[in-house]
Amino acid sequence: MSLLEVRNLRVHFLVAHRVSDRRRAVVKAVDDVSFTVAPGETLGLVGESGCGKTTLARAIIRLIEPTAGQVLFGGEDLGRLSQRDLRRRRRRLQMIFQDPYSSLDPRMTVEQIIGEALDIHRLARHGDARRKRVADLLDAVGLAGEHLRRYPHEFSGGQRQRLGIARALAVEPELIVCDEPVSALDVSVQAQIINLLQDLQQTHGIAYLFIAHDLAVVEHLSRRVMVMYLGKLVELAAANEVIQTPKHPYTRALISAVPVVDPDSKRQRIILPGDVPSPIQPPSGCPFHPRCPLAEARCRVEPPALREVSPGHFAACHLAQ
Amino acid sequence: MPLLAINRLTVDFGVGANRIRAVDGLSLTIEAGQTLCLVGESGSGKTVTALSIARLVPTPPARYVSGEIRLDGQDVLRLGQSGLRRIRGGVVSYVFQEPGASLNPVFRVGSQIKEALKLHRPADATDAEVVRLLKLVGIPAPESRRKDYPHQMSGGMQQRVMIAMAIASQPRLLVADEPTTALDVTIQAQILDLLRELKQRLGMSILLITHNLGIVGDLGDRVAVMYAGQIVESAPAGELLRRPLHPYTQALLQSVPGLATKAPRLTAIPGSVPLPGSLPTGCRFHPRCPMAQPDCAQKSPELPEVEPGRWVRCPYWNVIPHAAPRTAPCVP
Repeated sequence: MSLLEVRNLRVHFLVAHRVSDRRRAVVKAVDDVSFTVAPGETLGLVGESGCGKTTLARAIIRLIEPTAGQVLFGGEDLGRLSQRDLRRRRRRLQMIFQDPYSSLDPRMTVEQIIGEALDIHRLARHGDARRKRVADLLDAVGLAGEHLRRYPHEFSGGQRQRLGIARALAVEPELIVCDEPVSALDVSVQAQIINLLQDLQQTHGIAYLFIAHDLAVVEHLSRRVMVMYLGKLVELAAANEVIQTPKHPYTRALISAVPVVDPDSKRQRIILPGDVPSPIQPPSGCPFHPRCPLAEARCRVEPPALREVSPGHFAACHLAQ
Repeated sequence: MPLLAINRLTVDFGVGANRIRAVDGLSLTIEAGQTLCLVGESGSGKTVTALSIARLVPTPPARYVSGEIRLDGQDVLRLGQSGLRRIRGGVVSYVFQEPGASLNPVFRVGSQIKEALKLHRPADATDAEVVRLLKLVGIPAPESRRKDYPHQMSGGMQQRVMIAMAIASQPRLLVADEPTTALDVTIQAQILDLLRELKQRLGMSILLITHNLGIVGDLGDRVAVMYAGQIVESAPAGELLRRPLHPYTQALLQSVPGLATKAPRLTAIPGSVPLPGSLPTGCRFHPRCPMAQPDCAQKSPELPEVEPGRWVRCPYWNVIPHAAPRTAPCVP
């Protein structure tokens, strides 16, 4: 059975079209997204800014209330839970954020930051047991026990991200939603955090929903990868299939746009024209058609459904084979 | 004669006990028409180096301790205010990371481009020339878009406007400081393509600052790798990526995942980048270096030319085992 199942999730926001305009427009930040995550699996999610990946992450753990659809965690619909029950469930469902500077309270010590997670879920009652547990967690993420009384500003970006991971880890979750956990870090430090996440998955059997805009990082970590464009899933398949035989023209362009280190690489570059359209006025039909090199007449009118093009390989494109 | 020659430049910030050496004895040259990539992590001194070319680092808090910057035959560190005004824009122009923060929000983009023209090519400060520049950087419908305010444009379009402003004065050197870091990857590909095309069309030199080694392979003729205020390796781009000689460059290349390269685990560099205020003794990379020798903590290595066109700041460059060449990614 899957650990997490997202069914037809939608998150719509009402926004003022213009400052002077009283009419309201709807932004479909997440539009009919469905997928599953198995226990201990890493599912990667890539997409450009504004495609809805962070909104999706927040809607899953109900930091944002979804407009429609269901999020089943261990078979239980999170959307039907009371705030109190939801808080209890969140012990099994944690999140790591992108910015290690703004996601830690600057006025709390490391012991307080990580201990707070333990207090909320009543995992360590006595002072000594609590301190021991926090020290063990620091050790698990590669920090020393002597850091207990330090404040976040005394740590580098990579160390702060380790603190964020220790905080998520404190309550022994089954799934961690990682929202761009390495993109704010220096290149030489990114690999440390990626390796740490992999090690923790092996020792604790945690599943990840790993969100990033860097396709190479996502492919490296994930068993399966999904690609979002303008609020919709456009492709979902095993990681190596997405990279080597992408079926959606957007995925193909995304892969070709990643600068590669290899100076002898003779791959063809697909440069997409134009920008990502405004989600306030998404194009008709297939949302990708204005930038798509293969677009046909029906792409302009008929929105493509996400269909299984080959076993386990889903793509939302009329032309995918 | 090279277009730009920086010779043993040293830049400090602060005084007394708070003194921080941001750039330490840095030398580099750029020939006319060449692209040099300056690679380094945050705090390595690459932006201070780039801003120094037009003496844009405010003094104080900065202080040019020693060294020389020769740009197009002029000694930048000895120029007076009027001389500096001439070279800023006239010889060297800048494109920065955050186009939204670099453009003035209360003026239309067309008039901001025209301002650059008025300063450096007053005879050409016309709407027609603004439209031509916008067209050159690939902005669709330039006639109407020139009347946009910056907030009406996307990040990619704003960066195109920044580039139009930078090339309006027909500089000989374009300094692009992380020009695509704030942009999405498909937009990044567009901007890199534009820079490549403009360089060929206008014959400019480019100093491209980046932390992304992929961009180096894409655009650079030469690369200089910076670490903690110093250049640790400098080489032709292809050679450096194929056969990095300095342990830091090797470690950096191994720590980034490639597409479709089947490495189960990344080789991480332990520790973090040293702060400019608390640099290690001897070689600045030695606490993190997997190949460090006992005397690396004492002796500060020089940057000798070890092969024609290749400089390496590591005395053990030819005794340490070289990383296996990266396998070519099998991407369609």
